[in-house]
Amino acid sequence: MLTKRIIPCFDVDRGRVVKGVSFVELRDAGDPVELARLYDAEGADELVFLDITASSDDRATVYDMVAATADQVFIPFTVGGGIRATVDMKIMLELGADKVSVNTAAVASPELVNEGAWRFGSQCIVVAIDAKRAGDGWEVYTHGGRTPAGIDAIAWAREVVERGAGELLVTSMDADGRQRGYDLALLRAMSEAVNVPVIASGGAGGPAHMAEALTEGRADAVLAASIFHFGTHSIREVKEALAARGIPVRPVEPPAGG
Amino acid sequence: MTVARGRAYTGTVSAQPLLVVVDYDAGNLRSVERALAHAGMAATVSADPAELARARGAILPGVGAASDTMAKLRARGLEGPLREFIASGRPFLGVCMGLQALLDRSEEGGGQECLGVLPGEVRHFGFERLKVPHMGWNQVAWTREHPIMAGIADGAWFYFVHSFYPAPADPALTLGETTYGFTFPSVLARGNVAATQFHPEKSGAAGLRLYANFAGWVREAAGA
Repeated sequence: MLTKRIIPCFDVDRGRVVKGVSFVELRDAGDPVELARLYDAEGADELVFLDITASSDDRATVYDMVAATADQVFIPFTVGGGIRATVDMKIMLELGADKVSVNTAAVASPELVNEGAWRFGSQCIVVAIDAKRAGDGWEVYTHGGRTPAGIDAIAWAREVVERGAGELLVTSMDADGRQRGYDLALLRAMSEAVNVPVIASGGAGGPAHMAEALTEGRADAVLAASIFHFGTHSIREVKEALAARGIPVRPVEPPAGG
Repeated sequence: MTVARGRAYTGTVSAQPLLVVVDYDAGNLRSVERALAHAGMAATVSADPAELARARGAILPGVGAASDTMAKLRARGLEGPLREFIASGRPFLGVCMGLQALLDRSEEGGGQECLGVLPGEVRHFGFERLKVPHMGWNQVAWTREHPIMAGIADGAWFYFVHSFYPAPADPALTLGETTYGFTFPSVLARGNVAATQFHPEKSGAAGLRLYANFAGWVREAAGA
C-alpha cells in the first residue's frame, strides 16, 4: 500500500542549514549532508531544501550542497528557491536533486511549468503555492509570502497541474509558524481540485496535526521544519503516532547493522 | 548496512568496463552511478556502443516519457547495441523507464513501440479515485527467488514514481508485485534480464542492497 510521506524541510543560506536545528548528536548542525543522513536514518521519506541565499553571487554554494547531498543520501530530495528558468532546473537535477520546486517564477511566467515538465518530466516539477485566506477562498502570495499575486489559489493549482506540475507543495500563510495545525479546508480544496499529490505545509505542531492533514485534509504528504529541527517530535514518533491511527506510513527501519 | 565504496573497476581507458550505466541523457544517471558506488561497484556512465559491447553488465536507468526515451536511444544509436548486449546473456538491469523500454510497447503518448526484449506492454493507471502518478514508498512482495532480491525482506519498501505500469504477457516474468489500486508486477526477471519499476537509487538501504546484489551477479557472471 502506498504510504503517506513525512518530509522534513531545511532552509539553506549559502550552503548552510539555518533556523537552528538542535540535535545534541550533531557535530555540525549547519551541515546539510549530516542533517540529511540523520533524517534519512530517522525514517524521513523525502527531504526538501529551500535555498534562501539572497545574493546570486553565492549561488554556487547551493550547487555544492546539492551535489554533496546526492553523494551521500539515497532518498528523494527536492530543491526550491532561486529556480527562475529551465537552466536552473537542469543544473539542480544534474547535480542530483530529484525534484525542483518553483513558486514566484511560476507565477511570473507560468510557461516555466510547461517547459520544465516537457524537458524533465512532470515527476520532478513541484509547484509551491503560498496561500492566504481571502474571503471565501485563498489568494496566492509570492516572494516568500510578501507579495499578493491577485490570483485564486485553487484556480492556480488547477492551472499549474494542467501545465504539467507533478506535485503541489501547499503552504498556508495563516497557519505557518503558529504550530496550531494545518489549514485543513485549504488542503482539502486543493486535493479535490487536482489529481496529483499534495504536500501539506505550514502549521504543524505535532503528530495529531499531521494526522488531520492526511485524513481530513486529504494530503498525500506532510512537510514540517521546526517540530523536527527543535527535537519536539522525532520522525519515528510521528510515524508511530500516525500508524496507531491507522494511517499507512513506511515503518522506520531498525538502525543499520552490518 | 556497511558497504565499501568504490572498489572494483577504477576507470582507466584501456581497462574493460565491468559495469556500464547506459547514458541517453536520462535525468537520473548520476543518482544511479552514485548509488552503485555506494553499494561497492564503480560504474562507467557511457553512451558509447563499443564500451557497452565490452561491459560485463549493464543498467538502463530512466525517468520521463517512453517516446522520448526510445527517440533518444535511437538517436544515439543504442537500440541495436542494447539488443545485442541483452542477447549475449550478460546481466542487465532496467530501472523505471528502463523497465518499460524492455517491453513490446507502451500506451504512453498514444502508443510507442519499445525494445520488445520482454513480451508484454505498458499501460496507464487510468484511475479516477487514486492519484496518478503513483508517487512515494510502497512495498514489494517477492514471488520467487532471484540473485537481485537476495537478503531483501518480503514486503520491503521502495520509492516509486510512475504513471504507467508493466503488463507482461507471461506471468512467469514477474519477480515482485506491488499494490496501488490493484496488484501489478513491479519487478520483472527472465534469464539475464531483471528490471524494477521503482528507483533503487532512491530507496534507502533496500535499494542499495539491490544494486549490491546486481553488482555481485555481474562479478559472478564475469568470473571476476
